Amino acid sequence: MELKRTPLFEKHVAAKGKLIDFNSWELPVEYSGILFEHGFVRRSAGLFDVSHMGEIRIKGSDALHFVNRLVTNDIARAVPGQVVYSPMCHHDAGTVDDLLVYKISDEDFFLVVNAANKDKDFVHIQREAPAGIEVVDESAAWAQIALQGPKAIGIALRLADESLAGLKPFRFIGHALFAGKDCLISRTGYTGEDGLEIYCSPADAGTVWDALLDTGREDILPIGLGARDTLRFEAKLPLYGHELADDISPLEAGLDRFVKLDKPDGFIGSDILLAQKKEGLLRRMCEIEITGRGIPRPGYEVMAAGKTVGYVTSGGMCPALNRILALALIDSDCCRPESEVEIIIREKPVSAVIRQNAFYKRS
Amino acid sequence: MEVRAGLYYSKEHEWVRVEGDTAYIGITDFAQSHMGDIVFVELPEPGSEFSAMEIVGVIESVKAAADMHIPLSGAVFKVNEALETHPELLNADPYKNWIFSMDIGDPSDLDNLMDAAAYEAFCAGE
Repeated sequence: MELKRTPLFEKHVAAKGKLIDFNSWELPVEYSGILFEHGFVRRSAGLFDVSHMGEIRIKGSDALHFVNRLVTNDIARAVPGQVVYSPMCHHDAGTVDDLLVYKISDEDFFLVVNAANKDKDFVHIQREAPAGIEVVDESAAWAQIALQGPKAIGIALRLADESLAGLKPFRFIGHALFAGKDCLISRTGYTGEDGLEIYCSPADAGTVWDALLDTGREDILPIGLGARDTLRFEAKLPLYGHELADDISPLEAGLDRFVKLDKPDGFIGSDILLAQKKEGLLRRMCEIEITGRGIPRPGYEVMAAGKTVGYVTSGGMCPALNRILALALIDSDCCRPESEVEIIIREKPVSAVIRQNAFYKRS
Repeated sequence: MEVRAGLYYSKEHEWVRVEGDTAYIGITDFAQSHMGDIVFVELPEPGSEFSAMEIVGVIESVKAAADMHIPLSGAVFKVNEALETHPELLNADPYKNWIFSMDIGDPSDLDNLMDAAAYEAFCAGE
């Protein structure tokens, strides 16, 4: 099967990116080494091609009510120009996807979803949509570039009109003139650093990409998907398919603050989630630090007092913290900070400890 | 991609340097380049005995774990303990930074390995 390419494919080839099959997209896993790229984003600025992400537009006179039924977070309290992060659930409270909701107006919403789930999300949303709601898959019309790191905003301001200067976190500008092109820009990201996500037409993507590299000079580098994953993990940001899945609820994933069970009209899955909360969660996401020798990876068993209590959802080296950490979905009663557990790595138990607040927070 | 003359090479991208009855084992430039940043090395126990091609340890990169094989039969003699705290040495200089040394149990095992030219051709096909 032929792999899909983003509008920036030729840029990755020219920059000698190591191309891989990423969910049927041909994208670079790295250009100059994952650990180097990771550190560079934490101290400077990185450029990511995330054009494979999906964009779904929801419009209608009753769109606000519908979107608020669709996702767990509260969209009614958001103002136009605000971006809201939210999980989206099945009726059984398992997670369909996690996504960003861009509120253009009460009648017009722009949802940005995980590339791997785009088709699944579209079917789900269409099926749930009542008459009068228009649901359009706009993914082919958008390229997306993420610019992340402490120097990111400074670089971007040199290419923008004044509208960008006052942009606050989790806000967006629908039409900004950026590198001479019409772009939608939000102050959002998936690395734990400050930065922007820039949406433009596929035809304009190359110009925007080159302009950022030219303006940023030695302060900016293209960054691959490998570092995108190590950065998000180090910042304890969930990844669908790991911390969230069809069989993991957002409460089990520890995303309580994005689940507003008091929304007056409820939402898809809210009754099950209310029951989960009332009865107490049987299992929850826990932070684990490896104290022995080994790298925890998804699916590895977690044991406590000789019995299996759960499994690793994500794990690995956290370069900025110089620790080896894991996130694991384990029995709630074992989830006590400082209690000792073991992670089975290649059939051998490796010692580890449950932690709290061990992950990266930018200063 | 550097392939050094005077070494033997395995299909698992390990190199072997023979010094009398002792062999030094490492991974090739091809291997470290494909793996990317190496973050963990599990070394074999000194003194442990293996048959050729057995799995004796692991080399882990950021994205994946790769089995480490022993290209010859024999007993592990010394291990490069620096790799426990600095696994990135294998990326920095894969030929200088050997992983372990061993007593060669059966010299005819060397016949199953490639020379530099054969290995270079093998890599071209990988």
